[in-house]
Amino acid sequence: MLSFISKRLLVALLVCLTVSALSFGLMFVSGDPAIAIAGSGGRAEDAEAIRVAYGFDRPLVVQYLDWIGSALTGNLGQSIYFNVPVTEIIGNRAGVTLTLGFISFLVALVIAVPLGVAAALRPNGWIDRLALVIAVSGQAIPSFWLGLMAIVVFGVWYGWVPISGADTWQGYILPVIVLSYYAIPELMRITRSGMIDVLATDYVRAAKAKGLPMHLVISRHALRNAVLPLVSLSAVQLGQLLSGSIVIESVFALNGLGRLAWESLLRSDLPVVQAIILILSLLYVVLTTLADILNAVLDPRLRGGS
Amino acid sequence: MTEMMLDIRNLKVSIPTDRGLLNAVRGVDLQIAKGETLCLVGESGCGKSLTATSIMGLLPRYAKVTSDRFEMVGQDLTTKTDAKLAKLRGRDVAMIFQDPTSALNPTLTIGRQLTEGVMRHEKLSRSEAEARAIEMLDRVGIANPAARLTQYPHGFSGGQRQRIMIASALMGRPKLLIADEPTTALDVTIQSQILTLLGELQADLGLSLLLITHDLGVVAAIANDVAVMYAGRIAERAPVAGLFAAPRHPYTKGLLAAIPVPGVTPRGSELPAIPGRVPGLIGALRGCAFRDRCAIAGAECAHDPVPRISAAQGQFIECVKAGEVTA
Repeated sequence: MLSFISKRLLVALLVCLTVSALSFGLMFVSGDPAIAIAGSGGRAEDAEAIRVAYGFDRPLVVQYLDWIGSALTGNLGQSIYFNVPVTEIIGNRAGVTLTLGFISFLVALVIAVPLGVAAALRPNGWIDRLALVIAVSGQAIPSFWLGLMAIVVFGVWYGWVPISGADTWQGYILPVIVLSYYAIPELMRITRSGMIDVLATDYVRAAKAKGLPMHLVISRHALRNAVLPLVSLSAVQLGQLLSGSIVIESVFALNGLGRLAWESLLRSDLPVVQAIILILSLLYVVLTTLADILNAVLDPRLRGGS
Repeated sequence: MTEMMLDIRNLKVSIPTDRGLLNAVRGVDLQIAKGETLCLVGESGCGKSLTATSIMGLLPRYAKVTSDRFEMVGQDLTTKTDAKLAKLRGRDVAMIFQDPTSALNPTLTIGRQLTEGVMRHEKLSRSEAEARAIEMLDRVGIANPAARLTQYPHGFSGGQRQRIMIASALMGRPKLLIADEPTTALDVTIQSQILTLLGELQADLGLSLLLITHDLGVVAAIANDVAVMYAGRIAERAPVAGLFAAPRHPYTKGLLAAIPVPGVTPRGSELPAIPGRVPGLIGALRGCAFRDRCAIAGAECAHDPVPRISAAQGQFIECVKAGEVTA
């Protein structure tokens, strides 16, 4: 187990290095950053001055090492637009997105997993059909439309919840509903198909033959094996939810990371964009690594070795 | 009269399909006395596994199971079958499956899988249950059992896994053991070891054993009685010696004739095969199911019901021509 974890961590570290190089490289993919800052109508002398001031005249490797070095110490550079440290801007915006993402993920999980299990226990039963309707509509209805409809119905007509902003906890209700509704279908379908596969196995039959009550057969024997693909999918889904949704944050006027990334792109505020990409990529690496380790805890065959 | 560990009359299992109701088991009678080994033989698809699985109550919900009488280990299960069966499983009745690789849960330790049943049923503590698990593992021939409780199934060979399955089945000290083709998934050399083990355990523990197989060599080795199943019914039931020496049902004769005998069957010669195919079991089936493949079939074979000619207690043959066969 220890060797498995250390191997996984080594791989994760290598992925992190690659990701950091790629997000650093982004700065130069879209053209000369100095000209971008100076503006397309700017003078060549200004661009040159900017190039020197920002250190763009140095070799790429040196710039990368400089950037990654400061990133490691928690310094992600200065926002070109706001002229304040990038970490400060991101810190101000991350709270909303993280809160929204975590709560939505938990809500989605709490609804999707029991629903998937119930659907699998009686395929084509009424719960299964209801779950299918939820899944299909969840995947087919665009979240901006659902968000707007929710605002109109619950915010405007009934006035139960605020229509925008996250100043109070009530402000999170509608975004959480919309975002988790978007995450539920995939989580539920994978739980359902995993459970159907596992329930047909001989070891589930053997567990019943041992005289175990159904709830133990399901929780101890079936679910543990069925959740392996769910764990991997959850890592990706949680990553998506935590990286912030431009659509949801725009519809509900939440100042989160999704909107910040979008606005920074429009402003050509490359240090911010770079930092967000780096942080989100690292987040994915951490989540998938955790998922792999969790799966190895659940399934001894994945640990390798003995 | 000997005590019956299993007494089933007119067991029927049907499964709904797109093309109609598949009558896979069409009125099976099975009796097993205390300490007796009954082998249920027949070709693939004849309904023997379904019969065993339905006795354990482990068929999927969509399968329809009925019987006129269902008694097991001294309890009447004819009504409220599911609830009563649930109380017998893992205690008085246990089952061994075909493929030990898939019958053990890959994510739980051997110790956990062996002990979980009795810890619930007999309220044993973990250490008491583990002590019994060690005893059972030792009994089925797993070396160094105490150390192996913490291992997972993938650390064992196929033969060892089947031994573990047997140990697991013995944990609840069953009176009736149902083994559904327990050697099919194993190497030939391992097969005989497992069968010898089953035979020994049956004798030592006084178990009643229902052994499902399509391997007649297995039957000869450990059965008291043999029931030959064809197209969802039992065609013939006889003591093992009698069946091999003087098979009476034309189907049993065909089966036995298809076994090559070393030294007797000429090398390279073609083995006699039963012509034709097993009839489809969807919808009603009139008369003898074997008549289309039977050399001695006549017009009377199409009549319902096929007469049952009983010999000694529990032994019978279903064939209207049986008199002619023996003659």
